[in-house]
Amino acid sequence: MMAATAVRLGPLVLRNPVIAASGTFGFLLEYMPYVDPQELGAVVLKTVTLEPRTGNPPPRIAETPAGLLNAVGLQNPGVDALIEHVLPLLREYSVPVIVSIAGFTVEEFYILAARLSAVPGIAALELNISCPNVEAGGTAFGVDPDMAAAAVAAARRGTALPLIAKLTPNTADIAAVARRVVKAGADVVALINTLKGMAIDLVHRRPLLGNVFGGLSGPAIKPVALRAVWEVYEAVDVPIIGMGGITTWQDAVEFILAGATAVGVGSANLVNPRATAEIAAGISRYLAENHVEDLSTLVGAAHRWEGNRGRA
Amino acid sequence: MPYIADAPVLSRREVGPGCFLVELEAPAVAQDAVPGQFVHVRVSTTLDPFLRRPLSIHRVDTRRGTISLLFQVVGRGTALLAGMRPGERLNILGPLGRGFTVLPPSRDLVLVAGGIGVAPLFFLAERLLGAGHRVTLLHGARTQAYLLLADEFATLPLTYLQATDDGSTGIRGTAVDAFAGLERRPDFVYAAGPMPMLAALAAAVRAVRLGAEFSLEERMGCGVGACMCCSFKSREGEGWAYRRVCVEGPVYPAEKVVWE
Repeated sequence: MMAATAVRLGPLVLRNPVIAASGTFGFLLEYMPYVDPQELGAVVLKTVTLEPRTGNPPPRIAETPAGLLNAVGLQNPGVDALIEHVLPLLREYSVPVIVSIAGFTVEEFYILAARLSAVPGIAALELNISCPNVEAGGTAFGVDPDMAAAAVAAARRGTALPLIAKLTPNTADIAAVARRVVKAGADVVALINTLKGMAIDLVHRRPLLGNVFGGLSGPAIKPVALRAVWEVYEAVDVPIIGMGGITTWQDAVEFILAGATAVGVGSANLVNPRATAEIAAGISRYLAENHVEDLSTLVGAAHRWEGNRGRA
Repeated sequence: MPYIADAPVLSRREVGPGCFLVELEAPAVAQDAVPGQFVHVRVSTTLDPFLRRPLSIHRVDTRRGTISLLFQVVGRGTALLAGMRPGERLNILGPLGRGFTVLPPSRDLVLVAGGIGVAPLFFLAERLLGAGHRVTLLHGARTQAYLLLADEFATLPLTYLQATDDGSTGIRGTAVDAFAGLERRPDFVYAAGPMPMLAALAAAVRAVRLGAEFSLEERMGCGVGACMCCSFKSREGEGWAYRRVCVEGPVYPAEKVVWE
């Protein structure tokens, strides 16, 4: 029998619904002084690309009201270094490891997925489709339903591993993108990635971030993320990993009620290294106190409220 | 091993214009910390301001189990910190980062401080003196009022030279000018201060082929090496690579930093 907190994420079973979100948890090892891997549902590693990337010039981070902008620029050692030097170290930790990949062409999504397919100890691949498509003039894959679907289909050709498509909110209709990536073979959708924004340095009268633009995250974006999860839940039948500004277990339960089967915790890790573990423990207490024997019964429950019938 | 602790504030006093010294009860941090390391401080118990603030450890008292933080109010976060009262608790994460190297005795060592950069150098001076070194501190600031904790540095058995931009006390000029005016070539240099000052000092140190370690600054996120936000350029082989202030720093060999 599964514990009350266990969730089924397509082909994956997680011991609890809390996932450390990509880019905020490094390659897991950085957080081992603070979190027992058994406290996590899963971890999504920092995005890797086919080639190593230097990343953007600093400053790469700017604090904003109840949140932050980041413009790291996908700095990473490349997929080969991940396979050779990092993944072998992670096998001793008892937590599902999800590898996040980003391609700059459709073909790169295929190559990355195929290369990682052969590596043991990977629970799933997350497709970071918020990176620019260089073949389409640099527009992010995830902005356009056709391009998003092409990236997912390419990865699908390359692997039998479970595929999670991470969706960007910087698009006209996120539900439309979700429908297309599911059709293209995504087993799970994760949302939302950061919102595009910027900050100005008043003293020097210039953009604050070295990259000019950055991605907004943290509590400030939670309402946008909840709305996106709500819309996507009504649009697709695959499980959703909901995220965007989750810092407490109450936030996490709101996402679950909006339609998320699991939740991602991102920016909160930067403030509280134990955020993931504390949120998982809080959800567990909430279930016990409310005599909920199976978390999945809460998924999307807010859609089934009385007043929702007949809503336009 | 870093700790996460709700550290009680024992005292807080203004030691210069908008500059504060806060003493915290944090026995484990006091025990483990080495000079140059920092603690990552939550300035609010609510969601805004959101991020922690990295503050170098100014002083530790292992007997009393306390650490002191010296900082200047530069924005909303540090203003909140300056408003902390004795009895309130401050959530800290640390000690974090790589500290200064304490060389084997007994050498002639020069410490160079610019403005609030003096923060980590009290702790360092104490440890270097304790290890049997001869220490000279070059303390530079805008004006006399910003030569923070000058009275306390004067109590240490070191050579203490001051420099102010306006000449209100000590030599007129910067701590880097004071370094250029040294009559004896030291064995090693330690420094902390604003990046332009450190860049100028790096050039001066390189000119006389001296080894040096500097404490670097950059806007920081997690403090534990995960988010890759606090990057600086480090010379690597023929080229350079980004390194993290929070893990590979904040103390870093001066000759390896690419100054922009």
